[in-house]
Amino acid sequence: MLPELGNFALILAMSIALVQGVIPLIGAARGIPGWIAFARPAVWVQFLFLLISFGILTYAFIVNDFSVAYVANNSNSALPLGYRISAVWGGHEGSLLLWVMLMGAWSAAVALFSKRLPPEMVARVLAVMGLVSAGFAAFVVFTSNPFDRYDPAPMEGRDLNPLLQDIGLILHPPMLYMGYVGFSVAFAFAIAALLGGKLDAAWARWSRPWTIIAWMFLTLGIALGSWWAYYELGWGGWWFWDPVENASFLPWLTGTALMHSLAVSEKRSTFKSWTVLLAIFSFSLCLLGTFLVRSGVLTSVHAFASDPTRGVFVLMLLAIVVGVSLTIYAWRAPQVKSAGNFALLSRETLLLSNNVLLVVATATILLGTIYPLILDALNLGKISVGPPYFNAVFIPLMIPLIIALGIGPLSRWKQDEFPRLARLLRGALVGSLILGVLLPWLLFDSFEPMVILGTALSLWLVFTVLLDWRHRSRHKANLWKGLFGQPLSFYGMSLAHLGVAVTTIGITYSSYYSLEKDLRMAPGDELELGGYLFRFEGVQSNHGPNYTATEGIISVSRDGKPIDTLHTQKRIYTVQQMPMTEAGIDPGLFRDLYVALGEPLGDGSWAVRIYYKPFVRWIWLGGLFMAVGGILAASDRRYRLVAKRGAEERSGAGLVVQES
Amino acid sequence: MKARFLIPLVVFLSLVGLFMVGLKLDPREVPSPLIDKPAPSFSLPDLHDESKTVSTEDFKKHKVSLFNVWASWCVACRQEHPLLVELSRQDVVPIYGLNYKDKRSDALNWLNRLGNPYTASAFDEKGRVGIDWGVYGVPETFVVDGKGIIRYKQIGPITEEAWQETILPLIEKIRAEEG
Amino acid sequence: MRGLILSILLSLMIWPALSPAGINAYVFDTPEHEQRFKKLAAELRCLVCQNQNLADSDADLAKDLKDEIYQMIQDGKSDTEIIDFMVARYGDFVLYRPPVKPVTYMLWVGPFVLFVLGLVVLVMFVRRRNQDVLESGELSSEERQRLEGLLREQRERGTSGKRKGK
Repeated sequence: MLPELGNFALILAMSIALVQGVIPLIGAARGIPGWIAFARPAVWVQFLFLLISFGILTYAFIVNDFSVAYVANNSNSALPLGYRISAVWGGHEGSLLLWVMLMGAWSAAVALFSKRLPPEMVARVLAVMGLVSAGFAAFVVFTSNPFDRYDPAPMEGRDLNPLLQDIGLILHPPMLYMGYVGFSVAFAFAIAALLGGKLDAAWARWSRPWTIIAWMFLTLGIALGSWWAYYELGWGGWWFWDPVENASFLPWLTGTALMHSLAVSEKRSTFKSWTVLLAIFSFSLCLLGTFLVRSGVLTSVHAFASDPTRGVFVLMLLAIVVGVSLTIYAWRAPQVKSAGNFALLSRETLLLSNNVLLVVATATILLGTIYPLILDALNLGKISVGPPYFNAVFIPLMIPLIIALGIGPLSRWKQDEFPRLARLLRGALVGSLILGVLLPWLLFDSFEPMVILGTALSLWLVFTVLLDWRHRSRHKANLWKGLFGQPLSFYGMSLAHLGVAVTTIGITYSSYYSLEKDLRMAPGDELELGGYLFRFEGVQSNHGPNYTATEGIISVSRDGKPIDTLHTQKRIYTVQQMPMTEAGIDPGLFRDLYVALGEPLGDGSWAVRIYYKPFVRWIWLGGLFMAVGGILAASDRRYRLVAKRGAEERSGAGLVVQES
Repeated sequence: MKARFLIPLVVFLSLVGLFMVGLKLDPREVPSPLIDKPAPSFSLPDLHDESKTVSTEDFKKHKVSLFNVWASWCVACRQEHPLLVELSRQDVVPIYGLNYKDKRSDALNWLNRLGNPYTASAFDEKGRVGIDWGVYGVPETFVVDGKGIIRYKQIGPITEEAWQETILPLIEKIRAEEG
Repeated sequence: MRGLILSILLSLMIWPALSPAGINAYVFDTPEHEQRFKKLAAELRCLVCQNQNLADSDADLAKDLKDEIYQMIQDGKSDTEIIDFMVARYGDFVLYRPPVKPVTYMLWVGPFVLFVLGLVVLVMFVRRRNQDVLESGELSSEERQRLEGLLREQRERGTSGKRKGK
């Protein structure tokens, strides 16, 4: 009974979303106030029904209702409660329902926080989001319905894929989807602005905090996915340039470009039609990602079970949403006039080059991802494009980007002079190069060129951020005010840029100085790696709620002093009879020690993999810095002050806001 | 409207076209680089009689033969096995088998139970010959002509459709060839 | 219907390949051999997996191929010979580093071309923007500042009658 209600609620939400998509748009075009005002209440009702639908599905998982096919396929009564709940988004149908529900949530947030926007704008934004929601809801209802039933109901479920029974999975998809869906807001704002014909600095200012928050979630989602792959999959890697990973990275790259472009549009009223295009691109790439993951067009470890009908539907959805928005762009964008000019050496140009490099990187990764498909479709053979290619083409693009990243915040708007910049930055340049050579030598006794480059680039970012702080605090009354009296967006920017430096160090050092050994170990055998002594103590049996395991125990010491005892397991999950390796990790800020148990080799000895991975945590730490930086930037006073100003203007008073 | 603003739309529509074609393709199917090339030579013990050998020379005895990779642990092989048994009963084309990474006793039992369509089966215990032939899954079937050239590779079980539309016509074509 | 059964059966065949961490304990003669093995195993694709390299895969075929690579290194074969061996049997699909041949020229050259294109567009855009503003007869910001300065002076002279010194 309940699942049918859940399905019904979903269908209702879909219908409301459709109406929400159409009426306010017509209302805004024709100036019918009643139709314009329809948008907000429609959003509330739609969101309510989506919550009900999602809640019912979650309840079905909690109470082990195996008559619901999706629950039977993804759960089991022995599955711990936490995983039973996260199993809701463990498969294709449920994860799509999560997506639709989150679209409802973001629409509700926009409806809530848009009191100061002109009503036609709100109407258009919510209408666009409503149309996209309706499209996705239709996809769920007609091709991927999680409420389908089994008759008769099986006694037990097939259990959640063991790889997904982990905290990483509980967090990673929701974060990612918050990001993807969040970019639909920037997209809706862009379309609304194009339709309304008003692309002013105000539009950029409204869009920006939404875009930053969406970007923040996407950053977290990607970092979580990478971290999860590292500790869960047992091969010590954290990025494989897999098509689905790329699918999440592409909108992140254009989203970063968009954030920075909005900054320029907001402050200088230029780049306007380019920013709009970036907003369309970013959300389009989110949709493209959805298509790639669920259509079976590309092979990936992450891919959901695919089905040609679904692939066609998603492709149609993608084609309509993106095709229509690009048509609107081609029709309206030529009429947008951007004011002002700027010199070839100016902050505008540096930000524009940031955009260009990010978009080129996006196009490059997209090319590599779909190239095998292109050749196959043209009957020119089958190839694979993997990490060797992507690393070779992506890293060279990042080098000029990071260099520009350092110069940008210190450059002047409109026009700057090379001598001034050179004077300002010389110290940072020299310092980065010297320390870039010294650090690898001091830490690892090596002169590896790529490590020197990576270190120098990271230090360049650190020094330029510090320079920026010093520069700005000069103009304040005292040092305290100078250091701590800056607007939040400044701290956000600094932290995020530092995050890039931290991640760069993490990637550089863990890539070049990791040590790995696969070997045969009998109880009592020892291995010296990276200055640590690993001793294989033996194995013992163990078990969990839905698995049995053989556990390898390895004690680690350094210079005779014991450091840790690592436990690694080879698990067999009872229901699916699927084997899985659980690595044993001793995490550290400056190094990870990582062991994984392989096959038994007879006579009591085992194949064991041991890793020493320096600085690997810095990769995700940097991502965390970026995300926190984003939160700080989005909470800047001026976004809230503008809200106050909007309210005061309506009440008659005026307020001048100092823009920094 | 200015033409350059249409560029994103045009690029996007070509992508959609690409994906429409892509939906009909299988990204995991690995085409064989051995088509129209000489079959990798091998000489393996016969599954039924260890003293005998099965080798690439056997293909030269017929105008065209099938070389079917199978194993007793292979679930999908059961799907095509009735077809193979029927073909051998009607003597349509000689079928040689490559018993891939199997146990002799298991393989023999399997054939006893389900029927033996093979003129002879080579016993590839370690799978080395399979690697030489580019085998990556079971079942796979090769069409080999009298000169020892591989003409076609069927990936996965031979379906009725694949037999009628591709393999049988190819066999007839080869038989009609000179030499 | 057939197709559905087929895909289910095929997926059952490759199910074990989803379990990760292809740990094998090979013993190498020299560290250089070990490095070469790791690099080759990382750059070759596991054909029965859903996008994994040989190094990370537990699949039977991956183990067999790794044994092959190990054996060939022991036999003194070069990296090129080992790669050619794999490609002769499985085609270019087995390589994660796509070979540079006419069909992949666009792939390898593309990023560089895009980069240059991007820079060119950037510079042209900035130049043209400056030109547009000049031609449109708008005051540049410099000129506007001068105008404001002159107007201010005008006003000051008008109110105080004396030019104030700095």
